[in-house]
Amino acid sequence: MQLALNKLHFEREDRALFTDLCANFSAGDIVQITGENGAGKTSLLRVIAGLCTQYQGEVLWHAGPDQAPVDHQHYDFRAALLYLGHAPGVNVSLSARENLRWFFSLCGYQKEQAGDTSLVSVVSDQAIVEALAQTGMRGYEDVACRYLSAGQQRRVALAKLFCSAAPLWILDEPFTAIDKAGVAALEARFQAQREAGGIILLTSHQNLQIEGLRTIDLSEYQGRERT
Amino acid sequence: MILLPGMAQTLKACFRRELLIGFRNRGDIANPLIFFLCMLVFIPLGISPDSQVLAPLAPGMIWVIALLATLLSLDRLFMTDYEDGSLEQMLLSGQPLYLTTLAKIWVHWMMTGLPLTLLSPLLARLMFLPSEAFAALVLSLLLGTAVLSFIGAIGAALTVALKRGGLLLSLIVMPLYVPALILGSGIVQNAVEGFDNQAYVALLAAYLLLCTMLAPLAAAAALRVSLDT
Amino acid sequence: MAWQWFHRMGSPRWFYEKFAPWEKGLAIIAVILLVVGAIWGLGFSPAERLQGNSARILYIHVPAAIVAMAGYYVMAISGAVGLIWRMKMAFISLKCAAHIGAVLTFLALFTGALWGKPTWGTYWEWDARMTSTLVLLLLYLGIIALQSAYSNQEAADKTSAILALVGSINIPIIYLSVKFWNTLHQGATIKITGESSIDASMAYPLITMILAYYLAFAWLMIAHMRAEILQRERKTVWVQDLVKESE
Repeated sequence: MQLALNKLHFEREDRALFTDLCANFSAGDIVQITGENGAGKTSLLRVIAGLCTQYQGEVLWHAGPDQAPVDHQHYDFRAALLYLGHAPGVNVSLSARENLRWFFSLCGYQKEQAGDTSLVSVVSDQAIVEALAQTGMRGYEDVACRYLSAGQQRRVALAKLFCSAAPLWILDEPFTAIDKAGVAALEARFQAQREAGGIILLTSHQNLQIEGLRTIDLSEYQGRERT
Repeated sequence: MILLPGMAQTLKACFRRELLIGFRNRGDIANPLIFFLCMLVFIPLGISPDSQVLAPLAPGMIWVIALLATLLSLDRLFMTDYEDGSLEQMLLSGQPLYLTTLAKIWVHWMMTGLPLTLLSPLLARLMFLPSEAFAALVLSLLLGTAVLSFIGAIGAALTVALKRGGLLLSLIVMPLYVPALILGSGIVQNAVEGFDNQAYVALLAAYLLLCTMLAPLAAAAALRVSLDT
Repeated sequence: MAWQWFHRMGSPRWFYEKFAPWEKGLAIIAVILLVVGAIWGLGFSPAERLQGNSARILYIHVPAAIVAMAGYYVMAISGAVGLIWRMKMAFISLKCAAHIGAVLTFLALFTGALWGKPTWGTYWEWDARMTSTLVLLLLYLGIIALQSAYSNQEAADKTSAILALVGSINIPIIYLSVKFWNTLHQGATIKITGESSIDASMAYPLITMILAYYLAFAWLMIAHMRAEILQRERKTVWVQDLVKESE
């Protein structure tokens, strides 16, 4: 499993944010994108996720040794991806449980096993409740999200990490508005995902306590000549 | 190889979500209806309370007001999902954006067009529309308001990234509403004058089918562009 | 061969340089034809049997209406090409066609109103053709408004391309429904003379004028597009070199 960034070049308002960015991520990588405000961290994540198409270069997803690499607009990439952006993706009229249930009826899956293609199961209700408990949201499952604080709404979104089977996570500032205990729980979850062979790309202003953390400093890719 | 839930399941889940959100915000359902009523009060006040004057105006007036009421409800269609990040999740889910858009538009119609249609005979009474045209009015609004929701959704998707897109939305959508308005009010007019309506109804129904197929495609493409900033 | 040409069309610089002589050539031919057609039509062709000299405005009005409509399809096709092949030039062509098309539509409406006064006794009549031309103007204005609302060029281009495509599917339906509506309300409108056959003495100047309008449209498109290219590519080296040369 591999994600390759090939000579990415991105401009905004005629200003190049990063040029000639090449990187390879493989199973077990946790990568923190660093750079000052406005350096293009969010833009890079949006480019990789496939939300932003105004770039030059390639983003290739290589699911396995027996599969051809595909572009990131391809179904296989989308199916493997879990993206959390600045906005939590939580509707305030719905409860935490309803939000997650909807989300996983779009993206919940199991891997196909030994030729049995019928094995597509949505994340169970129980798994959702447990995931919410792990982000400290026990007892808030059925409260409409408009009555939750900003931090709690983010926790609802982060609960996806605790029951998703997606191998590739792209997380934009996952620690925003999260307290210390929450940060520790997330870091533990990242370790587990790493050991399970996932890839995590994230931005954060915090110093993360994760072993084997790779960093990509965007300032290295600024003001370069294009090749 | 990773498999996602099938399309039927996705469509069902999206419908469920939109219906739930609509139900939780059921206060909003009344707003277009109240607007509709307000406008109907203004017409006799502005023109004349005389039934001889109002009755000929009724088919067109009711249709124009229904069109305006739909138009005003449109800018919220994708706004919440755009702002809270749900739209990004829909796009990246790997499921066709067509399905989520289709579900949103149908539910939008159920929350605005359908109540308006059901209330219309009552309001037509206030405009002295002859009672033999009531059935035609309900039928024309039933089909026509769905067309309005579908076409309007394209405009809403094109302007969702603009923070103050309300007026612009009306501006780009209104010329596209011409056929729906003509066919819809034509059905009522025909019924008043006692003509056969089949051709008009068939045309409006065909137009609705065309919109059902193509409008979610255009709206989904527009949403992709709106998220691409 | 054809594909190579198509790919070259995608390069703003190539277009800018290649079409410089075209711009001049088309301008000259279009202006000559316009002058010839106008003098022929206004001065030498016979007066219309029923309407007299006032009908001579048709030499200005009819071509404007035809090219205004064609402009919309130029715009919609440009939009489709731009969305499918992500071609910068197609979006530039879309924008320019929107502006020129809107002006032509306005011209058609304005001359139509002038024609209406002596013929029908009123500047405006809700006749099928005038109504659908008015709707066409509204469609053009919607696209221009959408374009100018976005500060992001790419978003402006793509959203207006989608709107142009949606509009192009809708236009035949709009025309048809307006015709329907007109027959439904026939009592209120004044009968216009039907599609009468046109005599050769009037047809030739008219054809000249239509040709002249098409050429003028092409000329204005190229001129507008070349200006738009300079505007959009202002940060590139080749445009800045051009500016230095001209100083």
